[in-house]
Amino acid sequence: MGNLFDNIEKRGISVGFDFLNQESGFGIAQTLVEYDETSTHSKVFLVGILNTILVSVLGIITASIIGLFIGIGRLSSNWIISKLSMIYVELFRNIPILLQILFWYNVVLASLSSPRQSLVFFESVFLNNRGLYIPKPLLQDGFIFVAISFVLALVAIFYLSKWAKKRHDETGVKFPIWTVSFGIIVFSTTIVYFLSGSPIELEYSSLQGFNFVGGYNLLPELLALWFALSIYTATYIAEAVRAGIEAINKGQSEASLSLGLSKGLMLKKVILPQAIRIIIPPIINQYANLIKNSSLATAIGYPELVTVFSGTSLNQVGQAIEIILMTMAVYLILNIIVSMIMNYINAKMKIKER
Amino acid sequence: MKFVRMILGFVLFTTLTTTLVFSGTLENVKKRGKLNCGVSGGLAGFSAPDSSGKWKGLDVDMCRAVAAAVFGNAKKVKFISLTAKERFTALQSGEIDVLARNTTWTATRDTSLGLNFAGVNYYDGQGFLVSKKLGVKSALELNGASVCIQAGTTSELNLADYFRTNGMKYKTLTYDTSAQSRQGFESGRCDILTSDASQLYALKSQLKKPNSAVVLPEIISKEPLGPVVRQGDDVWFNIVKWSHIAMLNAEELGVTSKNVKKMAKGKNPAIQRLLGTSGDAGKNLHLDKKWAYNIIKEVGNYGESFERNVGLNTPLKIARGLNALWKDGGLQYGPPVR
Ligand SMILES: N[C@@H](CCC(=O)N[C@@H](CS)C(=O)NCC(=O)O)C(=O)O
Repeated sequence: MGNLFDNIEKRGISVGFDFLNQESGFGIAQTLVEYDETSTHSKVFLVGILNTILVSVLGIITASIIGLFIGIGRLSSNWIISKLSMIYVELFRNIPILLQILFWYNVVLASLSSPRQSLVFFESVFLNNRGLYIPKPLLQDGFIFVAISFVLALVAIFYLSKWAKKRHDETGVKFPIWTVSFGIIVFSTTIVYFLSGSPIELEYSSLQGFNFVGGYNLLPELLALWFALSIYTATYIAEAVRAGIEAINKGQSEASLSLGLSKGLMLKKVILPQAIRIIIPPIINQYANLIKNSSLATAIGYPELVTVFSGTSLNQVGQAIEIILMTMAVYLILNIIVSMIMNYINAKMKIKER
Repeated sequence: MKFVRMILGFVLFTTLTTTLVFSGTLENVKKRGKLNCGVSGGLAGFSAPDSSGKWKGLDVDMCRAVAAAVFGNAKKVKFISLTAKERFTALQSGEIDVLARNTTWTATRDTSLGLNFAGVNYYDGQGFLVSKKLGVKSALELNGASVCIQAGTTSELNLADYFRTNGMKYKTLTYDTSAQSRQGFESGRCDILTSDASQLYALKSQLKKPNSAVVLPEIISKEPLGPVVRQGDDVWFNIVKWSHIAMLNAEELGVTSKNVKKMAKGKNPAIQRLLGTSGDAGKNLHLDKKWAYNIIKEVGNYGESFERNVGLNTPLKIARGLNALWKDGGLQYGPPVR
């Protein structure tokens, strides 16, 4: 390494990490933290990481949900559902992800109109080719009471469900825990919300000059990338789910059905808890792939880490080695975090020998 | 595609960990029998393959001139198309011998990237293209606009400066190539497209409805574009620098691709020195005596190249302006060959 930097320096290329304190001098379209062109390159690094994490988390959530349903769908006894699920998997798995990103981006852009002709929902949500604009909640003073009541409701539900499970185990009497919990949360927070004087104000987006200002803005690039990553990764997750379920011995489903469990209950209580252990390891890989694939965003200009940091920053300061090493380290760490979380879940799910 | 830059970075990484130094570019080029020249993939007038796949443009001619000087044959060039983001890494890592990709000469690039600018083959400036619908007459009315721009360019920095000094806000959309920026502009994703002014007219002419857009009068920056080489190889630096100068002097002295043969036999001492009939210029450059003769024979003088690629009879219709010779009121000035 020392040799490396010596050689670079001999050739007149700057080395070291001083550039991180230099003013970046360029603008970025989406920043989750305060940023402008007078911010430093280290801020660009942070903005890039956060944008990568944002699209990855969104993508992982939706890909998992879609994947779960499609995976189960493939095993459905309903011919149409299982065939449609199969077509979905075969179609989206075999088209290169980059093409899908470009495709959705162009679909999104082509189907939306200019800001002055936005689609409007509830007079507060606007959709146009600059993205989706939604009102931004601004928390006022009394909001703390709402937050406290929400936490208290959660605590109450926790103890309630413990009690309900115990009673179920002992007496077999069921308790409608979901409905009741939902009721508690909605009821208590609504009451406190009004009692404390409606402490949330909404900041609406409004058209000023060329664009909307105010509120939250989801960029078309984010929407397209999120959509493409979810749809693509879901195909692999669906296959993992299907394989997991199929691996559970057929006898088990027959046994639970003959015990009188409904099909849904059988999936939830018998099959999935066992299948999940088979499903998780391949899914860790898919999550890691999704994170890596998010760097294809350079093709449509979504400002994630590779686009802004190892793209623009690298080009402005020219320190390829430092920047690429930092970028690779981020992907490595993100992937390690994902596998740690998933392994933790997997360990929790292990069949406990009693 | 996915990690192209990562790979380029890695090439750089590995070449640098071994104690290889890039002197001897001239020997390497000769041994290879071809000049590797980094250009833009599709920039009308500067470097773009025509319908038959032949590369054409001002930057392309710069590469051809160097090949003519080295080999006596302007065809011995391999063109490697690079995005703005890839270009410097490609040069640093030795993938290309010279970069002629409408690259702006700036202090940072000249001093901290291990590169040297060998001259200015086009004086440009940054401008704006806006959709007519918006009814904007001046760049000062652009507050709040979304701007399509290319990653890794000086345009990104100038834009930020310009909006900041004029107290205006903007949103950027950063794409990798001009083609993407054009699409973004066309689909209405952004209100303005900004880039080197020389390109705006070409981009405008490529729109589905060219008349739906206008170029604003403001030019917000200086963009001296020129060929770039690696630092630390002065022999090679000289060759590229003087290939450009030879074309300027040829224009000044009235030597063209058509009359060069006759001119070489003439009596004018400046022309004799340029074309190698007298003097040692070739030898001092480590080149053949007829290095400049070959450039002019095969590629032409600067004026010929300008008119053929970007001049008034091309779709770009650019007047000489700043790029006229000094004696015609422009900035192009070739130091004497003596
Ligand atoms: N001169 C500026 C801008 C260079 C640049 O990349 N310009 C764009 C638009 S003028 C371009 O060359 N695009 C061609 C392509 O993407 O192939 C610089 O050196 O940073």
